[in-house]
Amino acid sequence: MPMQIGEKEFKQRVTKGLDDNFMRGAVRSAQGRLQNNRASAADELGDWEDWRTLGKEIRQHTIEHLDYYLHQLSEKVAELGGNVFFAETAEEANEYVKNVVKSKNAKKIAKSKSMVTEEISMNEALEELGCDVVETDLGEYILQMDDHDPPSHIVAPALHKNKEQIRDVFRDKLGYEKTEKPEELALFAREKLREEFLSAEVGITGCNFAVAESGSFALVTNEGNARMVTTLPETQITVMGMERIVPGWEELDIVVSLLTRAAVGQKLTSYITALTGPKQSEEGDGPEEFHLVIVDNGRSKILGTEFQEALHCIRCAACINVCPVYRHVGGHAYGSIYPGPIGAVLSPLLSDYDEYKDLPYASSLCGACTEVCPVKIPLHEQLIAHRRNIIEEDKKGSLAEKVAMKGFGQMAGSANLYQMATKMAPILSTPFSSKNQIRKGLGPLKHWTESRDFPKPANESFRSWFKQRNKRGVQHDVRKH
Amino acid sequence: MKVSLFITCLGDVFYVNAGKSAVELLEHLGCEVDFPETQTCCGQPAYNSGYHRETKEVAKHMIEVMEDADYVVGISGSCVYMIHEYMHLFEEDSKWRDRAIALKEKSYELTQFIVDVLNIEDVGASYQAIATYHTSCHMTRLLGVQEAPFKLLEKVKGLELVDLPNRQDCCGFGGTFAVKMSNISEQMVDEKVDHIEETKANLLLGADGSCLMNIGGRISRRDKQVEVKHIAEILNSRGDR
Ligand code: SF4
Repeated sequence: MPMQIGEKEFKQRVTKGLDDNFMRGAVRSAQGRLQNNRASAADELGDWEDWRTLGKEIRQHTIEHLDYYLHQLSEKVAELGGNVFFAETAEEANEYVKNVVKSKNAKKIAKSKSMVTEEISMNEALEELGCDVVETDLGEYILQMDDHDPPSHIVAPALHKNKEQIRDVFRDKLGYEKTEKPEELALFAREKLREEFLSAEVGITGCNFAVAESGSFALVTNEGNARMVTTLPETQITVMGMERIVPGWEELDIVVSLLTRAAVGQKLTSYITALTGPKQSEEGDGPEEFHLVIVDNGRSKILGTEFQEALHCIRCAACINVCPVYRHVGGHAYGSIYPGPIGAVLSPLLSDYDEYKDLPYASSLCGACTEVCPVKIPLHEQLIAHRRNIIEEDKKGSLAEKVAMKGFGQMAGSANLYQMATKMAPILSTPFSSKNQIRKGLGPLKHWTESRDFPKPANESFRSWFKQRNKRGVQHDVRKH
Repeated sequence: MKVSLFITCLGDVFYVNAGKSAVELLEHLGCEVDFPETQTCCGQPAYNSGYHRETKEVAKHMIEVMEDADYVVGISGSCVYMIHEYMHLFEEDSKWRDRAIALKEKSYELTQFIVDVLNIEDVGASYQAIATYHTSCHMTRLLGVQEAPFKLLEKVKGLELVDLPNRQDCCGFGGTFAVKMSNISEQMVDEKVDHIEETKANLLLGADGSCLMNIGGRISRRDKQVEVKHIAEILNSRGDR
């Protein structure tokens, strides 16, 4: 699958992540900063819960009427003289874009940040054509220079690198000679990128939100690079996931507020670029030619299922920024360009359980993601739903677990069996315990006791204590007060 | 007031003192406590692992056992939350769904019950210690009980309560997660133990046996001198014994 990254096995990816102290340090500090910023931006807005409810309602309404709004959008774009293409698969989308690029005889392409083009591996497709594709988002640019290191975060793709590592990439690949100060690094990249903008023949952008009523596209960036990508090249292609749409400008205002606050804790990111179709006769700048590619790539099969809410996602990454599992393993461990809680929900949907069967289990179900999501997607519940599907529909659970759970169901569903099991607990565990703790467990306890002690069952269970107590007639007068 | 105690598996077998304390505490506060003997587990291990058919059987059993109670009071926020979730297991079975909802409406976590139903904040407890309190995820985020344990602990004489840094972070238990993803879970619980150490507290409190078992297990493995107790044990300490 194109969105797949890294080693094949989840366990290997996790071990690699856990062993990478540089990465973990970088992720820890970024998470801390982003969490604090988000919390204060949410406070500042006031009534954050009301905003979330509104965000959820807008997304729900839009997705429920997705066909209507997509139709409206494409009519509008066509009216303005743009071309619209619905791509059912990644291949179709890439073919279309390649054809546009070929027809322009273009060699240099400037891109602004876009997750969907990562998802469908558009860069690789264009590079096969012999094109020079330049990522103009600073984070993406760093990764591209570092031999196409995959992104580890959906908003800050190079979050796993610290500034020293970035300095080294620039030094080794581009002859950079200054220090690791962020301003110096950014200035250097800007100068490099400016040259690229000026010579690019085609600009490709992603899309944070399309506005159906006017056929416009909103791009949210930190560096203003989207503005350059949409004004300088003659031909512009915007690629959007089919769910990235809002009905009108009023709704756009709300979801953008939620996005920027939830993502980086800013009232607004530094730049919000809105683009409407190709250059009109009365306008001074803008592309001569405009193409919109609407990508399905597995999204429509999510519609109408219990996972529909996953399509409400506005890609703010707030769930990733609070996730403790992500903090320890990093983005690459997920093996998908969509990491963290939303990645664990979305990746198996866009791909399948064969590819991503481990991801729904990579969560302690702590619910921090659900609590923070600005459009109220019940992320941890969706993870449980995946687990249920894997067990009940895909029949992919391990046999041992299945037998154990069946036994558990019978035991916990019957008072007698349950009481027998609780009585057995102290007897069974006695040989393995020292004092009150078990240091080396067997069976499922083996993994537990690799890092933790396990308590020894009490000699007398609560239920037998209670029974004895009642027999002795000690009840309400046990304690005079 | 008549209360049926929901002891939970860990409370029945491992943390027996938490259950005993809860009984005595509730009686001290004027409740009549009974223990429906045929109760079993809430079913959460199966539910969270995706075995919902099995969970349904457990849920039906628990509904039958508990539905005649005036109030059901559990000593684990997470398990009480599971009872609150039963209704979702019966989306297509309105009879069971209604029974599940009825049970949900009278089921409370211990501290929630004392503060919200009994309207008591000072239970007359006293205990000498420097303590920090672990806010468990399911109880805080999903069951929505945030203030009650603190309200009660603040009134305990002799108890100095220290804030736990990053207290909203999960301890890494997550049921089968601790076993299935034990290396990730270990990093999470380690971080938690580090934060507990930072507080210099000599006592860790919580209202969820599972988290306490996880954190306590790591504390014991790392040979830290921090005692781990269920909040009921402290609330039932009155310095008169
Ligand atoms: S799931 Fe919610 S929190 Fe996560 S990226 Fe999407 S909108 Fe943001």
